[in-house]
Amino acid sequence: MTATAGWTPDQPIVSLKDVHKSFGELEVLKGVSFDVMKGEVICIIGPSGSGKSTLIRCINALNNIQKGSIKVEGQEVHDPKLDKLELRKKVGMVFQQYNLFPHKTALENVMMAPVLVLKQDKADVEERARKLMAKVRLQGKEDNYPGELSGGQQQRVAIARSLAMNPDVMLFDEVTAALDPETVKEVLVTIKELAQEGMTCILVTHEMGFAREIADHIYFTDRGVIVEHGPPATFFTEAKDPRTKKFLEQIL
Amino acid sequence: MEDYFRELAEQAPRWNFIWMYDERQQGKILSGIWMTINLSIACVIFSVIIGVVGAWMQGAKSAIVRGIVQAYIQFFRNTPPFVQLLFFYFALGQFTPAVVGEDGWTVTPIISNVGWAIIALSFFAGAFNVEIFRAGIEAVPDSTREAAESLGFSRLQTYTEVVLPLAFRVSLPALNNNLVNLVKTTTQALAIAVPELLYQARTIWSDFPSAQYPTMILVWVVYILLVGVLVFGMHRWERAMRIPGYGQ
Repeated sequence: MTATAGWTPDQPIVSLKDVHKSFGELEVLKGVSFDVMKGEVICIIGPSGSGKSTLIRCINALNNIQKGSIKVEGQEVHDPKLDKLELRKKVGMVFQQYNLFPHKTALENVMMAPVLVLKQDKADVEERARKLMAKVRLQGKEDNYPGELSGGQQQRVAIARSLAMNPDVMLFDEVTAALDPETVKEVLVTIKELAQEGMTCILVTHEMGFAREIADHIYFTDRGVIVEHGPPATFFTEAKDPRTKKFLEQIL
Repeated sequence: MEDYFRELAEQAPRWNFIWMYDERQQGKILSGIWMTINLSIACVIFSVIIGVVGAWMQGAKSAIVRGIVQAYIQFFRNTPPFVQLLFFYFALGQFTPAVVGEDGWTVTPIISNVGWAIIALSFFAGAFNVEIFRAGIEAVPDSTREAAESLGFSRLQTYTEVVLPLAFRVSLPALNNNLVNLVKTTTQALAIAVPELLYQARTIWSDFPSAQYPTMILVWVVYILLVGVLVFGMHRWERAMRIPGYGQ
């Protein structure tokens, strides 16, 4: 991966400073700042409409921002001169609705980006894609179309598809919110393994138990600001802000 | 066989299957069918091309480009194809250059009446195809596009690898309908004397009123078969393009 000049791995891999984002009149993010170090797993939690998804989408420039700065490996994401391809090689994203390409088989979904975007050799990519399919425990499902897979299986294909680009950071946007309860676990296990292998992960999630288990740091957002944050050991038990307390009472 | 129909024509004067025994009339029918097939194929191809290009232009950033496509659609969709044929041939035909023959007096316009029929009918059906393909493109969720974008696909790659293949599948049933209509509308080219099937059939039954019933029946049968082949082919195609577990 091409490192950005001036950035070293001891600096934050993702760094947000005073990020503001509005959709027309509606201000969704009102000055959000945080840093993520390489290999860290952070979870963003908070009530619906608090700007969690918008925040994560801004990190890989699917949404633009009005004010502030987002840097990935020292590179400003919202610099108009930014080569978006360079950014997207570094940042993988998994969506709530999987968003697989329905006209391609699971294996083709995983192979498409490295072949088309990175122009890598097809045979090499296929070999790697098969390994990734095995990694997300979908051996034997390579030739199935997304429509033939369960939600949990589709989501794991989506994770494999992102990993095929060899990203440095993975973003997970409520990736279990659309799943049946019985398939949530298989997806969480996959993410947990990734985290344990040292992948930098930023998750928006409603799975509090999971957040508690895998996160190094938890951020609680409400109405466009970070209300409170801390390591899970203290966050869940020693919340100080009344909004955090109320939210945790409702959800736990 | 020929003798049978000759005899039948004598015994039942309204049932003169003249093209079954008269070579000249038979030739007219066959060349009419051939012209109808050619006209249909040419119009189908051009109208689909117009549809794809038009739908792509509708997504353009420039408001002027979008306005032009919109004006085109409104004009061709909201006026009768019959009037369009007459207008193209008699009005626009006046302004296209003509080639003077070697003899110094024969004048051949560079676009023949068949050419004008292909142009007019393609633009007519193309206007509908633009809307059909646009609907298909809009049916592809933004989130699918975003997934491609976040994997680093360029805009063009997103379009050709993801949006179009999905949009096309959504569009096929509506496209099928429009192409059936287009094949049937080729009969209107008789207004500018394109020698297609209906034109030839009419010359036969005005020359031989006794052949009117049989010839009309023949016209029915040929169109049912022609459209039947088209529909059969389109359905086969739809099935071949079907994605397992998608949209069922």
